[in-house]
Amino acid sequence: MMSEEPAVSVSSLGKRFGDVVALEGISFDVRRGELFGLIGPDGAGKTTLFRLLTTVQLPDSGTARVLGLDVVRDFRAIRARIGYMPGRFSLYADLSVEENLRFFASVFGTTVEAGARVIAPIYSQIARFADRRAGALSGGMKQKLALCCALVHLPELLLLDEPTTGVDAVSRREFWDLLETLRADGLTIVASTPYMDEAVRCERVALIQHGRILDVGDPRKIGARFDRPLFAVRGGDRVRLLRALRDHPHAHSVFPFGADVHFTDARADLGANAAASELRRHLAAQGFADAGVETIEPGIEDVFMALMQAAPRAA
Amino acid sequence: MTVVSSPSPAIEVRGLTRRFGTFTAVDGISFDVAVGEVFGFLGANGAGKTTAIRMLIGLLAPSGGSASVAGFDVATQAERVKRSIGYMSQRFSLYEDLTVRENITLYGGIYGLSDRAIEERTTSLAERLDLAGDLDTRVKSIPLGWKQKLAFSVALLHDPKVVFLDEPTGGVDPITRRQFWELIYATAATGTTVFVTTHYMDEAEYCDRISIMVDGRIAALGTPSELKAKYGDETIDDVFVRLARSGAVA
Repeated sequence: MMSEEPAVSVSSLGKRFGDVVALEGISFDVRRGELFGLIGPDGAGKTTLFRLLTTVQLPDSGTARVLGLDVVRDFRAIRARIGYMPGRFSLYADLSVEENLRFFASVFGTTVEAGARVIAPIYSQIARFADRRAGALSGGMKQKLALCCALVHLPELLLLDEPTTGVDAVSRREFWDLLETLRADGLTIVASTPYMDEAVRCERVALIQHGRILDVGDPRKIGARFDRPLFAVRGGDRVRLLRALRDHPHAHSVFPFGADVHFTDARADLGANAAASELRRHLAAQGFADAGVETIEPGIEDVFMALMQAAPRAA
Repeated sequence: MTVVSSPSPAIEVRGLTRRFGTFTAVDGISFDVAVGEVFGFLGANGAGKTTAIRMLIGLLAPSGGSASVAGFDVATQAERVKRSIGYMSQRFSLYEDLTVRENITLYGGIYGLSDRAIEERTTSLAERLDLAGDLDTRVKSIPLGWKQKLAFSVALLHDPKVVFLDEPTGGVDPITRRQFWELIYATAATGTTVFVTTHYMDEAEYCDRISIMVDGRIAALGTPSELKAKYGDETIDDVFVRLARSGAVA
């Protein structure tokens, strides 16, 4: 079998803007046909990374290959073969839905008809607004049009910068369903998001913060990197419960999580059972005798916060 | 953050309605928010949340119904409403090219605080947010998480009775997001009412009560545990998706 180069291959990539280090020592691969997530808050460097991969900006150090091509040397060839949806709405607000689509097709030297097979399932949801100005569409519709425009030239790799930011929980789920359909059709997709809960929609994710990658892996298995037992504590007044947990002499991390509070003990090698019974005794002494204490599997957000606390802070 | 039963709620909404031409964006919503409560105002994009908030902060006249905020009628006493509330949105809050100190001074001046009060508040705020060394730094060069905490504190400069937070934690890292919520609790504990919108469903669980708007109406209202029990769901995310999807079909 012929071994194919990864869809994206990044090695020791770095980018500065004046004194600000936007990216430093970034290395990861994205396999062909993979749905890969870049998970991190605003300012982590996600957009800069997309700009380097889309050849819009040049790296200061390291290398990046996209579809086997070098982002510096082969930028022209890369541009024709990727689709990019920037974070900010970047279609022509004064052109109609259909005009935007035709425009983007013509820029890539193709036609809407040639791309119809791929965009039809998405375009059918906005087709009744074909004559409406893009600027007058709702947020969800704009997003679907932008996706059509990024796909109309049948790219091999789709790069999406925060496609679900500012979008409600229902539309976010629907958008990821859409990406799953495209991936099943063979498209390679790299999407960034600040929403940690979206990580599980990806096959693999890179966790990114302060321009560095904290970890790369299967979001369902990344919890295994957690180095100590994690407890979910529930019951009573939340503010008082938080205070009581922080008063635990060996508290390592105390974070509210939905209806629960997640707690870890500073003594990483203390067994889960011993740590739990100490925790229960401590809570009882603090007036939380009825609090529920349960050992749980860490989620992506637990891991992210633990890595954030462990990582040296960038300047 | 404990909900105290109070004779006059901080926010009182009765049949509040707003039409744009033939489209009814907000369709006769009614609810109360108690003094010192943390109230989560949820809804899908386009459900009418923004229109409702614009009426509550005195920026948009209702087409029908009534609402009072901090004891003032939003239709007839809009200016007094504006003076009694704080407002912070994710999109715009602070002037990026002004320093931290200049932003505080500017907003203090807009809210009519004396120079002395502004100075006092600048000091106490810098201390509380651990920003003392950055008072003369331009806002655009401080990290997003600090920016959001600063914007929140600036919205509270004039001791408003009610503070409206429109997606205050969008894009913020998970640790800072939680620190932000602790600021919200601390604020509510002093008796300030907090009215907050968010797309993070785990944050909905941090509210004393939440409402979920669907197609201009309030489809559900209660404590997070009440709503989860009512719909038999594990999380507010599930409740939200259930209600928002049912609305979209109808």
